[in-house]
Amino acid sequence: MKKLINSPDRVVDEALAGMAAAHADIIRVIEPNVIVRKDAPKKGKVGVISGGGSGHEPMHGGFVGMGMLDAACAGAVFTSPVPDQMQVATRAVNGGVGVLHIVKNYTGDVMNFDMAAQLTESEGITVKAVVMADDVAVKDSLYTAGRRGVGGTVLAEKIVGAAAESGANLDKVAALCQKVQDNVRSMGMALTSCTVPAAGKPTFELGEDEMEIGIGIHGEPGRTRMKIAPADQVAEMLLTPILEDLPFRSGDRVLAFVNGMGGTPLIELYVVYNAVNQILKGKGITIARNLVGSYITSLEMAGCSISLLRLDDEMTRFWDAPVHTPGLRWGV
Amino acid sequence: MDATGRLSYDDVRDWIRRFAGEIAANKQYLTELDSAIGDADHGINMDRGFQAVVPKLDALDGDDIGLACRTVGSTLISTVGGASGPLYGTLFLQFAIALGVAGPIGLSNWLAGLDGAIAGIQRLGKAEPGDKTMLDTLMPARDALKQALSEAATPSAALAAAVAAAEAGMKATIPLVARKGRASYLGERSAGHQDPGATSAFILVKAARDQWVV
Repeated sequence: MKKLINSPDRVVDEALAGMAAAHADIIRVIEPNVIVRKDAPKKGKVGVISGGGSGHEPMHGGFVGMGMLDAACAGAVFTSPVPDQMQVATRAVNGGVGVLHIVKNYTGDVMNFDMAAQLTESEGITVKAVVMADDVAVKDSLYTAGRRGVGGTVLAEKIVGAAAESGANLDKVAALCQKVQDNVRSMGMALTSCTVPAAGKPTFELGEDEMEIGIGIHGEPGRTRMKIAPADQVAEMLLTPILEDLPFRSGDRVLAFVNGMGGTPLIELYVVYNAVNQILKGKGITIARNLVGSYITSLEMAGCSISLLRLDDEMTRFWDAPVHTPGLRWGV
Repeated sequence: MDATGRLSYDDVRDWIRRFAGEIAANKQYLTELDSAIGDADHGINMDRGFQAVVPKLDALDGDDIGLACRTVGSTLISTVGGASGPLYGTLFLQFAIALGVAGPIGLSNWLAGLDGAIAGIQRLGKAEPGDKTMLDTLMPARDALKQALSEAATPSAALAAAVAAAEAGMKATIPLVARKGRASYLGERSAGHQDPGATSAFILVKAARDQWVV
């Protein structure tokens, strides 16, 4: 295993210390491994927190700052954070008008966030939670743990963060988050697995000429393994289930998000975006906004995910609003 | 455990300590199981939790079994993360609640604790038998123990039956398609692999027998 680390058991702590030092103008890190906006709590503003396992950077800690998250809880690599962390985060961002928890739909995340919400409720802080479950690779059925929260989460954090920044109340902010969830769909693929530092070897092995379709963000295998195909075909393979699921229709205005899983260079992401652009144009779908880059990653996994969000004027306005975080910055 | 099957505080504490040791020894194995159908962190997370549990246990006064189990449960919730933290945390918290006694217990009390733990896990995770989870080990173990005790088996025979049933249950997860947890994202591809949670649960049951039956 070749990694730029010191030792597996110190990766998260040292990375958080590095982030805190690099972005001392925006964030601070408090125990236990909670990244908080420097000027939190903002009185009268709804607090917005999220969190998850480490290893997906910049998500979520890199999205803490003006116009996006007020705090993020960093768990061990690929492991949901613990209730204590969400309690600390909730208290740290409590401006007196409630806190929104953006929760990715994984068994552990849902359980730990839920425990924390119950605990903070008993302290008198109003908490609402919205679960992101945008991955179309998994059937949302009685026979699975439900659809995973993936790329759509990044879009939700931006849009919802902007709304909270503008002074919207908790009900409004929660409803907006649900609206994003209801209108976004995602699908991912991988050319390689990744190596969890403490595990020391890749989570799964892929042949030189193989790719994995329908992956998540934790290095786990996907739904199908097949021979690698050119980027145009891969884009088609990811977009088709996305388009069919919502469904997206000709005339829709969308935000197209081509995300790198961490190990894929930007040049390849733009090749994929080129394909996405052609395909959507051919279907009469307008890409009104886009995002291309590695924003929700799985350590060094090579691969990409595509998320499509069907926009309306409100979501567009909040997407365009200024944001100042380590991972996303415009308008300032 | 004495000849009549009474378990002292030390017996319960030593069971948990032994489990912690077995988790540490099997950390890589559990992680490998979790690589096949998960995200390669079950062994790592459980070990972190139980490394935190042992000193907390050592610091207790040593006279209240329920408090010991509650301490284990809340420590796991605060340190393990993922789904295993809440699930194993609930296991020990509900165990303590169902036990209802502070002092020495019998195997029938331990059975009641296991019963409560299973109910708590099911309430939290909503899994059913056959979903390919820790319950597929714990439920058969509980059933076998209940059966053995109702037939007036000796304590060691009862525990042996529980371990055998736990082992069979764990192995029976191999062909199952996961319907809960991260393995369920793999669909049919989760079949053919032993479930990591069912494996750590087997280790828990076996640790009791190994600690208490000489």
